[in-house]
Amino acid sequence: MSPRPETAAGPAQGRPRVKRFARAEHRVHRATAALMAVCVATAACLYLPFLAQLVGRRALMVTLHEWSGILLPVPLLLGLASRALRADLTRLNRFGPHDRRWLRSVLRRRGGRPAGKFNAGQKLYAAWLAGAVLVMTGTGLLMWFTHLAPLVWRTGATFVHDWLALSLLIVIGGHIWMAYRDPESRAGLRTGSVDAAWARREHPLWTPEDGKGGRGEEE
Amino acid sequence: MTKDENPARPAGHDDDRRGTPVGRRVVLGMLAAGAAGVAAAPYLQRAYDETLGAAAQNDPTGLSGLLPAGGGFRYYSVTGSVPDKDEHSYRLTVDGLVRHRASYRLADLRALPQTRLVRDVQCVTGWRVPHTAFEGVRLATLLDAAGVRPEAKAVRFTCFDGAYSESLTLEQARRHDVLIALRMQDRPLGHDHGGPVRLYVAPMYFYKSAKWLSGITVTDHVQPGYWEQLGYDVDAWVGRSNGRDDVPTT
Repeated sequence: MSPRPETAAGPAQGRPRVKRFARAEHRVHRATAALMAVCVATAACLYLPFLAQLVGRRALMVTLHEWSGILLPVPLLLGLASRALRADLTRLNRFGPHDRRWLRSVLRRRGGRPAGKFNAGQKLYAAWLAGAVLVMTGTGLLMWFTHLAPLVWRTGATFVHDWLALSLLIVIGGHIWMAYRDPESRAGLRTGSVDAAWARREHPLWTPEDGKGGRGEEE
Repeated sequence: MTKDENPARPAGHDDDRRGTPVGRRVVLGMLAAGAAGVAAAPYLQRAYDETLGAAAQNDPTGLSGLLPAGGGFRYYSVTGSVPDKDEHSYRLTVDGLVRHRASYRLADLRALPQTRLVRDVQCVTGWRVPHTAFEGVRLATLLDAAGVRPEAKAVRFTCFDGAYSESLTLEQARRHDVLIALRMQDRPLGHDHGGPVRLYVAPMYFYKSAKWLSGITVTDHVQPGYWEQLGYDVDAWVGRSNGRDDVPTT
């Protein structure tokens, strides 16, 4: 999607690369990102007055929003078939002492930031997003199938859905901004491998499984 | 998810996969917070309405309108674009089971007796705008002028956006708080609010108040309108339909 970064770390220079992500993880991320983009874009067309005036087509926007939303967890669920993805989920789940140090140094804006394959910020983002998507799916279903629950639930679901949508917009914006600022990190998800020096610098506690790099395991 | 302490692995390898399952706790915490939010929403919403929501009513920047439930009207259209109609191009036709078909220009409508109503507007999606003035011709006036035939039971409304439609029973249509609105908030009805002419059905959810009204057809049965074919209630009384319990607007 984005142009290959013009850094000295490109594989053409022959600098060592290490494998970071499997092909399955690349696909899960792509599919999730695409569904999220549709979901957010249609939400904006339904919600923001100037976009609603520009686009109209309310019934179509509602249908797209509902289906992209309900399908959002599906790529990850399918991806659970991949051992590499399951292993990374375990890594995202577990917090060690270094993660606490990482968070502390971010909050104080000084000190080292030790990280394994994922730093504490990435772990928190992943978990928060997973929880938020589940809450959005649940509240969305209550609003979609209006006969599922009594009215007070539906009003409550609307309230939570609206405010959590605003938080999601901010958090996903932050996610994209972080990715934009770090081309090597994007290359990791796109090609499956990263520059070994980048890995040592950003994720010093991570021991890559092999030094060869490449596109990742076949699933 | 899977936590295996594998002693076969060399020490220090992948410490990454051990430690406290904070991720799982965050996910469960989000679910709990979501459920709590749904339960506490009525109180939170009231607190918000009384503080920030009230402030948003007087926000000159209009930015607070982007916040959830930020107050004011929302623009909903079911089509891609809606043509502009003015003094010359606008027509409102009355036909169907009537003795005299008619076609009104804006000036014709303005020449008829005008009624001004000030009520709350309640949308079925939840937003409510208090004390909104609508002014126009009573629908009953147009129906009487057309001479409704005895076999007539209902009225169907069509719109120049090319897609939207609405329906009322004849009894509902003859109510004194059902207007062919030409003005809103004491100004001519703008395009975004459904101008130059929209239906205004004060006691019902606002989707009944069809924007960009161009046709009134008297029929022998109620034909469900655009949203009603998609599951909304035909008899859309505020507080007594669509599974909602809002305070009635009349």
